[in-house]
Amino acid sequence: MTTRTAVAGRGYPREGASGEPNLLEIENLMVRFELPAETVRAVSGVSLSVAPSETFALVGESGSGKSVSMLSVMGLLPSPPAVVSGSIRLEGREVLGMPGRLLRRFRGRDVAMVFQEPMSSLNPVHRVGRQIGESLRIHRGVARSEARRQAIHLLDRVGIPSASIRVDDYPHEFSGGMRQRAMIAMALACDPKLLIADEPTTALDVTVQAQIVDLVRELQAEYRLAVVWITHDLGVVAEIADRVAVMYAGRILETGQASDLYRATRHPYTSGLLRSIPRLDRSVTTRLAEIPGAPVRVVSELAACPFDDRCPLAADGCQDALPELEAVGPEGHSSACIHHHEMGSASSLWPEGTAAGRQDSEEQPGDVVVSIRDLRVHFPIIRGMRESRKRAIRAVDGVSLDVVRGKTLGIVGESGCGKTTLGRAMVALVRPTGGTIEINGEPINHRSGRHRKVVQMIFQDPFSAMNPGMRVSDVIAEPLRIHRLADAGTARERVSELLTQVGLPPDSGGRYPHEFSGGQRQRIAVARALAADPEVVVCDEPVSSLDVSVQAQVINLLADLQARTGMAMVFIAHDLAVVRHVSHEVGVMYLGEIVEKAPRDQLYEDPLHPYTKALLEAVPVPEPDYDASQRTRLVGDVPSPADPPAGCRFHTRCPVAVEGLCSTVKPALEEVTPGRWVSCHLVSPPAG
Amino acid sequence: MTATGGEDRAIRRAVRRRSRLPTILGVAGLVIVGALVVTAVFAPWLAPYDPTERIARPFLFPSAEHPLGTNDVGHDLLSEIIFGSRVSLMVGLVAATVALLIGTTVGVIAGYYPKRLGSTLMRGVDVILILPFLPLLIVLAAYLGRSLLNTILVIGLLIWAEPARIIRSQVLSLRSREYVLAARSMGAPDRWTILRHIVPRTALLATGSFVRAVSGAILLEAALSFLGLGDPIQKSWGSTLYWAQTRGAFLTPAWKWWVLPPGLLIMLASLGFALIAFSLEERINPRL
Ligand SMILES: Nc1ncnc2c1ncn2[C@@H]1O[C@H](COP(=O)(O)OP(=O)(O)OP(=O)(O)O)[C@@H](O)[C@H]1O
Ligand code: SF4
Ligand code: SF4
Ligand SMILES: [Mg+2]
Repeated sequence: MTTRTAVAGRGYPREGASGEPNLLEIENLMVRFELPAETVRAVSGVSLSVAPSETFALVGESGSGKSVSMLSVMGLLPSPPAVVSGSIRLEGREVLGMPGRLLRRFRGRDVAMVFQEPMSSLNPVHRVGRQIGESLRIHRGVARSEARRQAIHLLDRVGIPSASIRVDDYPHEFSGGMRQRAMIAMALACDPKLLIADEPTTALDVTVQAQIVDLVRELQAEYRLAVVWITHDLGVVAEIADRVAVMYAGRILETGQASDLYRATRHPYTSGLLRSIPRLDRSVTTRLAEIPGAPVRVVSELAACPFDDRCPLAADGCQDALPELEAVGPEGHSSACIHHHEMGSASSLWPEGTAAGRQDSEEQPGDVVVSIRDLRVHFPIIRGMRESRKRAIRAVDGVSLDVVRGKTLGIVGESGCGKTTLGRAMVALVRPTGGTIEINGEPINHRSGRHRKVVQMIFQDPFSAMNPGMRVSDVIAEPLRIHRLADAGTARERVSELLTQVGLPPDSGGRYPHEFSGGQRQRIAVARALAADPEVVVCDEPVSSLDVSVQAQVINLLADLQARTGMAMVFIAHDLAVVRHVSHEVGVMYLGEIVEKAPRDQLYEDPLHPYTKALLEAVPVPEPDYDASQRTRLVGDVPSPADPPAGCRFHTRCPVAVEGLCSTVKPALEEVTPGRWVSCHLVSPPAG
Repeated sequence: MTATGGEDRAIRRAVRRRSRLPTILGVAGLVIVGALVVTAVFAPWLAPYDPTERIARPFLFPSAEHPLGTNDVGHDLLSEIIFGSRVSLMVGLVAATVALLIGTTVGVIAGYYPKRLGSTLMRGVDVILILPFLPLLIVLAAYLGRSLLNTILVIGLLIWAEPARIIRSQVLSLRSREYVLAARSMGAPDRWTILRHIVPRTALLATGSFVRAVSGAILLEAALSFLGLGDPIQKSWGSTLYWAQTRGAFLTPAWKWWVLPPGLLIMLASLGFALIAFSLEERINPRL
């Protein structure tokens, strides 16, 4: 099924920028999926090259074709439906059309791949060490005992503590970060020349992501490894990449040295992406620059610039032909935009509009809508038929918070720290084990039911949060019907009013959720949350399932709606920059507890708790050459919330833990300065 | 790509072949059931005689006038069997409806409240599933007395457990779907969530288990009537067999026209519904 249009005979690799021959050369790669309903053109003419020991980042939103490009290098695309053409050469050898036997050998030996979800690539029924050993034995023919010894060495090398013991663990006994390390160890087992990492850190926490990024960088130097790092996160790219290619709709729109791409951006899409992500190293703007619309899905051959419908520069000529990459700067910096010389500054191209009067944190505190005191939610651990009374997962363990009218309370923390459970307790999806939640001063019933109209919730994945069999108008009207707020006629009016408010055509209510894009679906979810005129909206990771270019739209929408309705928001997210952008006050959670709570600017400018500091330092800055060497990195992963460490829960990972004190005495959450709460022995409130 | 292309194609072909079988069987089931329904509906026009009237001498051998002969009291057997389809189908459908109503209610409640209420209910379901079927059926039928209504009730009460089990497992997975959580987070009372988001989503599965229940109920009705526990006034296939048995037809050449046709029809009817159920279930969960 593979057509080979490569010029035969051009067997020798050309030279890369460094003077060495290129390791990987892709030329005019085309991949289409011939599906029964339509033909999806996942990759339309991608050419790139990777030099030995270089890190090449392939950046793009979901569906841009970055994974598919690299899967075709690995020969891992299912065919049919995939039809691949073009040329892929590894050290001068054509990979496309290589017979299966050769391909398999090359796959384990010269090129290795690491995927986003390590659990799906590790065999759950075999011990980790054995899986690494097997790969060694197949590809390098080492003996069994030797394979085990090397497996331990590799696990140790990728930073698995007490590797000689953990080598006999099963994958499920590893944490997410350790599994990704094990995958990397397995990839390294055969000493490959090229490592392809497909979103290797997307499923991980920032602190663990930082560890993995560091690890790959070290290994790369040590093994002289070329790395292709596939990601949607421009922050990580800036940390790790030498060169970058930005993909969109199956095309490379801009490529070049990382520093050129970030500093002298020559494509409107790249500059839009860079402008639309909230950043920790810039002051908070009222409103993010946003890229309108949503990424396209290419089903017919491209004949115009694919970014045309979203581009502020789009003008004559953009529709006429497919722009090719042309050199725009030094060292191979090229852009596929015919108007690239007219780009001007990023801020004039993508202005950060001003919000409809968004108030900022200086004014006096408003009244408290939701007041949470000493909230505890424990989930019994169920073994067999019986739930054990003693052991429980302490998802939320003594949290006190106030949600203030018109303000946003941000909650950040790593996965498993109890953020979602806290949010769900507020809308009665989980029943607290202890503590109280008061809404407008009245303690509330913990059962679900009509009494909870004032607090509504927005979920992470808008699609799964909507009944697929219901029309959008019914989805949005559901809260109205539940709380009997409208009859049929007024409900219809209210729905189109809400649709307009969230920026959707008012007549789109007759369609089904699956007919909308991810960003539009999240708008529908926002409309539904607003339908019952809530006083508080709990947003649980509302943008993390969305495309990067669409996140800003939803963040801006939420801010605008807050300004207009005066509702309070609880914004739960793992992304510290996003939380900083939207919040007035931020609470940092660790293992079910709030460890620091402060007004936004105080928290981000002067973090007091060691965990807050570590979290902030782990966030990659989308700025190449940013000096990351001064950072302290957290070691290890979050301990299990089933038996949290004694004393300060953070002491197992705290870089400044005090011997003897922190592991035994639990620090209290104390008010250090007015409005600022920290729980750490090293941060004490002023005497008196 | 090329390496796995061949294997892929083979698998795909196998999958396609597998997926055609349920459709063929389903169509066969539909044809059978359709024919039976037509027979039942148009029985008065199809049957040559009134099955309750003595139209000839008893124990006649098959002839042109009476293709299946007559029974011990001189009723035309062909007409009796044609009218018998009405009772069999009716009991099958109504009993299955009863079973489905009970089963869905129990299944939905047990699945939605999986903790104390659910596990208690499911323990009851397990008991019913374990109980020896036929003896219980006989005892119940004998205790309640012989009437069509009692037959339906007894059968319905015995076969709801299987649909309840199937529906409960579906509800268990549905209740943790995010859109169900979303409805609850909006403040929807349980009844709302169940009626709007859970029950409609079990409809497909319920249809499958309904059809399967019909198939079972037809067999059980035949068994009861054959044992003489059916409604004495209603002429069903089972009761035809009962009279054939008491009049010794099983041991005479008469079995060929008195015993075989109703027996085959019982089998056919049950099979027809079972085939439809199979193809439906295959469609709902093709990996089974
Ligand atoms: N096996 C497949 N069959 C059909 N279409 C596919 C298949 N794999 C990928 N596609 C389509 O190809 C396009 C590009 O997908 P690809 O996985 O490369 O995107 P991506 O940039 O890696 O996105 P993500 O961030 O979601 O991983 C998408 O439209 C996708 O739906
Ligand atoms: S070619 Fe035109 S539409 Fe495409 S990016 Fe450039 S200006 Fe925008
Ligand atoms: S109390 Fe000790 S262990 Fe905990 S954060 Fe402070 S210094 Fe670290
Ligand atoms: Mg991908």
